[in-house]
Amino acid sequence: MESFSLILAIVVVTALAFDFTNGFHDTANAMATTISTGALKPKIAVAMSAVLNLVGAFLSVEVANTISKGLVDETGIRPEVIFAALVGAILWNLLTWLIGLPSSSSHALMGGLIGATVASAGVDAVHGDVFVTNILIPAIAAPVVAGIAALLATRLSYSLGSLGKKADGKAAAKGYRAGQIASAGLVSLAHGTNDAQKTMGIITLALVAGDAIAPGSNPPTWVILSAGVAIALGTYLGGWRIIRTMGKGLTDLQPQQGFAAQTSAATVILASSHIGFSLSTTHSVSGAVMGAGLGRKGGVVRWSTATRMFVAWGLTLPAAALVGAVAEWVTGFGNWGTALVAVFLVASSAAIWRRSRHEVVDHTNVNDTSVSDTTQEPPGVVTTAIAAVTPPPAGTVTDELSATLPAPAPASEPAPSQATL
Amino acid sequence: MKIDWAALGSVFGVSLVVTVALVALFTLGVAGLSRRERALAQGDSAALAVTGAYACFTACAAAVGYGIYLIMA
Repeated sequence: MESFSLILAIVVVTALAFDFTNGFHDTANAMATTISTGALKPKIAVAMSAVLNLVGAFLSVEVANTISKGLVDETGIRPEVIFAALVGAILWNLLTWLIGLPSSSSHALMGGLIGATVASAGVDAVHGDVFVTNILIPAIAAPVVAGIAALLATRLSYSLGSLGKKADGKAAAKGYRAGQIASAGLVSLAHGTNDAQKTMGIITLALVAGDAIAPGSNPPTWVILSAGVAIALGTYLGGWRIIRTMGKGLTDLQPQQGFAAQTSAATVILASSHIGFSLSTTHSVSGAVMGAGLGRKGGVVRWSTATRMFVAWGLTLPAAALVGAVAEWVTGFGNWGTALVAVFLVASSAAIWRRSRHEVVDHTNVNDTSVSDTTQEPPGVVTTAIAAVTPPPAGTVTDELSATLPAPAPASEPAPSQATL
Repeated sequence: MKIDWAALGSVFGVSLVVTVALVALFTLGVAGLSRRERALAQGDSAALAVTGAYACFTACAAAVGYGIYLIMA
């Protein structure tokens, strides 16, 4: 690899860190319903999802190519821009994980990329029509479609049950268990092909921007390999906070509903990616879970949790874009600016991680319901989100660093955060 | 700016039909197996229900296979 500069190495490492956060952020998509209905033990579920994510990463490079070859004008992009974009995306992912909300990792990534690109090259460098048709529309459509499909499927499943075709007893429990595992497996596999590829696309874009490979190239093998491994590791770690929200927080799922939700999500994800949309797995699964919740007679959707989730979705893109733009602006000061952003990223990741230790959620208490809904007030969460994710526009850049850290984490500390791998 | 409504519509239609069909098939399959369970408990056999159940599961497995094929394509 000739001309593999330091900044390029930093970008690659950061991209893999993002991939890792993406993995543990999105474990919930595949496994939340499976875990909450008890079809699989939590640890086994995340292990299975991790393996399938890894396998999925090797299956195709289609999505990677739409990222590295379409969304932004690659001629005007420097590696620093991509670095800044990743900073925005990682921080948003960690923050939403901290408050246990499922949000789209892809939107975080796109937002970061758009913000950094605009800060660097102006509004014209973002292809607006690609943005609307490939991101915005599917983002709204995915949960609606998945929700309606899951709702109808759940209804049907219950009414078939009441028409005398009784589905109960051991055989039924076993059947729904197998069905859930199969559809969760499909979602994991699809997630690997979709999301691991997003990182591949980003690394490829950085390599193109840093003149390490020719424009229009496919991702090199080592990129595919490392992206697959990073996302699998993240998945195995398990974003238990988000799994709890999705599996228990939004609604209470019975095995039949879990099966309907997961099948609907898998179908929507596959159908839309086959037709060429870049779509959020998170949005489809959340929509499907809510649809399944509404489909059962007497089923409830906890709208306060759902509303918080919608707010997080709406904020994802602009918040990541803002951080991306500010980070890009700081890197513009030269090497020390880039270093500063890197330190800021590590320090805030460490702070968020430390914060999460106050109330640990892991495979042992992921199905506890008592904590999920009452501990956090909606406005509080949103305000914290905004406050913590937005670096204040401080006069000098050194001030910004010390002013933004929510916990006393000195910048000089090595900060062995899980997110920086 | 051109929004591909046709593609969006077909995603919607395909997802809806496939999901409902799959869940229906699977539910029927599970119902068949439950019927066998009950039949066995009473000492009967329920050959038709079991055959139907396995036919349903085969169709579901085929759909999963097609899904994997789509992921790989």
